[in-house]
Amino acid sequence: MSRCTRMVDVGRRQFLRGGAIAAAGAATATMVPAEQARAAGMALVEYPANRIANIADLAPNEPFDVTYPDADAPGVLLKLGKPVEGGAGPDGDIVGFSTICPHKGFPLSYHAEGRTMNCPGHYSVFDCEAGGQQTWGHATQNLPQYMLRVDDKGDIYAEGVDELLYGRHSNVL
Amino acid sequence: MAYKRHIDRLPIIPADARKHNVTCHYCIVGCGYNAYTWPVNKQGGTEASQNIFGVDLSEQQFADTEAWYAPSMYNVVKQDGKDVHLVIMPDQECSVNSGLGSVRGARMGENRRSDKTGTQQQRLSDPMVWRYGTWQPTSWDDALDLVARVTARVIDKDNEDDLFVSMFDHGGSAGGYENTWGTGKLYFQSMKVKNCRIHNRPAYNSEVHSTRDMGVGELNYAYEDYGLTDAIFLIGANPLETQSNLFLNHMVPGIRNGAKVVIVDPRRTVTVNACEIEAGKENVLQLAIESGTDLALFNTLFTYIADQGWVDSDFIAKSTFQGQVAQGQDEAHPAALGSFEMARQECRMSLAEGAEICGVAEADIIKAAEWIAKPKDDGSRRKCVSAYEKGIIWGNDNYRTVGALVNIALATGNIGREGGGVCRLGGHQEGYMRPSDAHVGRPAPYIDQLLIAGQGKVHHIWANDHYKTTLNASEFKRVYNKRTNMVKEAMDARAGATRGELVDAIVGAIEAGGIFSVNVDIIHSQIGQSAHVILPAVESGEMNLTSMNGERRMRLVEKYMDGPGSAKPDCLIAAGLAQSLERVLREEGRSDYADQFKGYDWETEEDAFMDGYHANTGEIVTYDRLRAMGNNGVQEPVVGFEDGKLVGTKRLYADGQFDRHGREDKKALFCAGAWRGLQAPGKSAQRDSYAFLINNGRSNLNWQNWFLDKDNDFVSDRYPFPFIEINPEDMAELDLEQGDLVEVYNDVGATQAMVYPTSTARRKEAFMLFGAPSGTQGNVINAGVNELILPNYKQTWANIRKISDAPASVRHLSFKSKEYTSA
Ligand code: SF4
Ligand code: FES
Repeated sequence: MSRCTRMVDVGRRQFLRGGAIAAAGAATATMVPAEQARAAGMALVEYPANRIANIADLAPNEPFDVTYPDADAPGVLLKLGKPVEGGAGPDGDIVGFSTICPHKGFPLSYHAEGRTMNCPGHYSVFDCEAGGQQTWGHATQNLPQYMLRVDDKGDIYAEGVDELLYGRHSNVL
Repeated sequence: MAYKRHIDRLPIIPADARKHNVTCHYCIVGCGYNAYTWPVNKQGGTEASQNIFGVDLSEQQFADTEAWYAPSMYNVVKQDGKDVHLVIMPDQECSVNSGLGSVRGARMGENRRSDKTGTQQQRLSDPMVWRYGTWQPTSWDDALDLVARVTARVIDKDNEDDLFVSMFDHGGSAGGYENTWGTGKLYFQSMKVKNCRIHNRPAYNSEVHSTRDMGVGELNYAYEDYGLTDAIFLIGANPLETQSNLFLNHMVPGIRNGAKVVIVDPRRTVTVNACEIEAGKENVLQLAIESGTDLALFNTLFTYIADQGWVDSDFIAKSTFQGQVAQGQDEAHPAALGSFEMARQECRMSLAEGAEICGVAEADIIKAAEWIAKPKDDGSRRKCVSAYEKGIIWGNDNYRTVGALVNIALATGNIGREGGGVCRLGGHQEGYMRPSDAHVGRPAPYIDQLLIAGQGKVHHIWANDHYKTTLNASEFKRVYNKRTNMVKEAMDARAGATRGELVDAIVGAIEAGGIFSVNVDIIHSQIGQSAHVILPAVESGEMNLTSMNGERRMRLVEKYMDGPGSAKPDCLIAAGLAQSLERVLREEGRSDYADQFKGYDWETEEDAFMDGYHANTGEIVTYDRLRAMGNNGVQEPVVGFEDGKLVGTKRLYADGQFDRHGREDKKALFCAGAWRGLQAPGKSAQRDSYAFLINNGRSNLNWQNWFLDKDNDFVSDRYPFPFIEINPEDMAELDLEQGDLVEVYNDVGATQAMVYPTSTARRKEAFMLFGAPSGTQGNVINAGVNELILPNYKQTWANIRKISDAPASVRHLSFKSKEYTSA
């Protein structure tokens, strides 16, 4: 009843690198077999390896706000307390996700009890323990998840994203 | 891991890309989209001048932006033989969806067939004939010649009863006015085929006979009525999932405007949850009735509302039949129809009785009546939109139940007025234009049972998959496989024979009890596995196609890409078949009969449109005029053309004249259908013999697009098997874990599903996903139908037992609550 009905501000607007972007996945040779054609889509953009937190910053099941790959792309780190697929760190339980809903770009909020990211826009629910799979919703992709690396000092680096971020034609602008 | 595309950039739509009007062809809502295409060796840029949006795309775009499209909206397809980039994205300017996409429609792009990206390789591209023990691709001439020759052997002037036809009657998808006309002209004008059925039910009938007999067409409002109303009354419907953008873009604004919501559904759906979030729990009333008792509830509400005097007497006097019985109960009318008072007498049911039968509190029935009908404090009429769908259409006692709901709307004057309407929500879009079907009769023949009983010699199937979506499916498949195999074996035995000898062999097998099956479809369907000839069709966007949505909004989808191989629009396939029949009949010296198959010299789908829709609706609508109306189109009926625009009709019956029944007096009738328990044969016995109610229906993700989505990674990753929602305590009793495969079995068959723990599910009331390729729900639906051959899917009971631990393909899945909660 009392929730806001429109997203107000996802983050500061900021000019970033522009420029021409190569067409991805558009192999033009004739009769490319399906598998080969799909593989051609794996040419990924080059991601920055950003230190986005240290393990010491994270408390179990409490969302820690980050941005990646740049300041205009809000996200979250979670220490789930149990190993999950795609989980990083010594316990395999650290995951990171974009917090912009891939449906229409509303900001997601973390539902600690269900360990899901929930969208006030149109009620979509994404499961943080299942690789961001959309438990239910309108988005046509699962929640973009970060590829994470944790070094000896406990520094957490994001080094890639596995789906296109809402509001971008290239994950790295 | 959850499925990820690993696509992290997309080509930018250049400023000079070609733009096409597109209406999403999946569900009834018909959301507006635009298809943009441009040459594969070109692309736009991030600078505002370099892209179609005129926006600086080097910046992050924000919520609801017009300038973003998802990877699922993109593909590389053929257009006029050349590769082009394609983006199909929601249209902000369309009043239906205002830029919203859904989890179905926003995947139109990636569900196009592409040789470049490898999507939808399952699409049929060439006609195929059963030869040498398999299907061999061939030419249209060859395939149609065989179909015509075999068909001609079993039909004759004035007797076409051995030709059985299953044909879609819908719009969108590969339906639409062009294609229903093409098939309709062939089977109902050139021929008078009686043994036919529609894509989703076993007979050729209306799903809502009673409302039509009462004079009230079932799509009578405008979507904007949800924003103008005081109450939204939803019955057997789950619009957040199955009419998603109608709910989000029209119902939610209405609710935020203060409309209260009454929902009749035994199951707590995500729609109930969303309404509670928007309106507050105190403004949402779910009547979780016992399955199949809707009629008792409506009659109780009708009685109570009438007794309170909360009716629109003026409207009743002016617009409804005065007297007693206008139409008696008979074989074609499962209830008498007549005046308000007559119906009131017949339907009378006390609060106590109604509450007892429905298993809900009397106070809740009163509350519902107040929200729906009690005049406001200033004495003004309360506005209410009533919307229903498969929960009652495919539920107990269809005729009386739908009629009883329309009674309430008529009594309260809530039809043809702002903020009113009593409408079905719909499945596909509509797009029906055919010659009269009166010769089919009413009740219409129960085709699937006749086929099981050995009738029918040749079967033409147009985009129907009985195997996935019929009732009594287990038995149907068994018999149909056997009968079609007899013909396949006869064909195999005559390999190398001449055409004449082959036709003789086929006819021999038919006379021995076999059936010759011709399958027209866009994919090789499950029933298509039994076919002897397969004819490939195109779908929306691969042809120009007109349809109308749930508020009768008609649009033209412009062809934006080539169809696969030599696939054709259904209307042109029907024309080709008619021409082949004409030729064969003439050769055989049956020239009188051959003459009936003239009149199909259509070159394009537009010719079929002009011959059908245009010629039969006052010659107003043309492709050019409709194209100019863009994605907002025009609401039917179209009544004129003024100032360069088509003029439509916002809501039906605004003048209080009701004509759907064809009565001269234009008075609406009330339905006098008393409650009579579970009406269809075998239902009560099943309820008494099995532990679980197997309620069933669609999900947000799996809906009219499933035929394509069985080849879509995003969708099959989420639900490799149909889910069955079960209460956790029931799971414990059955020793079940999430993801386990269970068998659902009863007196008519068995099927399988994957366990989805659902704490809101009532004990012993499971809900299974309908229409899955990997678990046919129809296997456990008995053959019981109502008097007019409407199937009864919803009232099904069965037992459940475990067949396997969660298989590897489901272990990574989310099994959490589907309900949104705020933080
Ligand atoms: S709500 Fe229906 S019409 Fe609209 S995009 Fe979704 S499937 Fe298509
Ligand atoms: S923006 Fe998140 S569900 Fe629509």
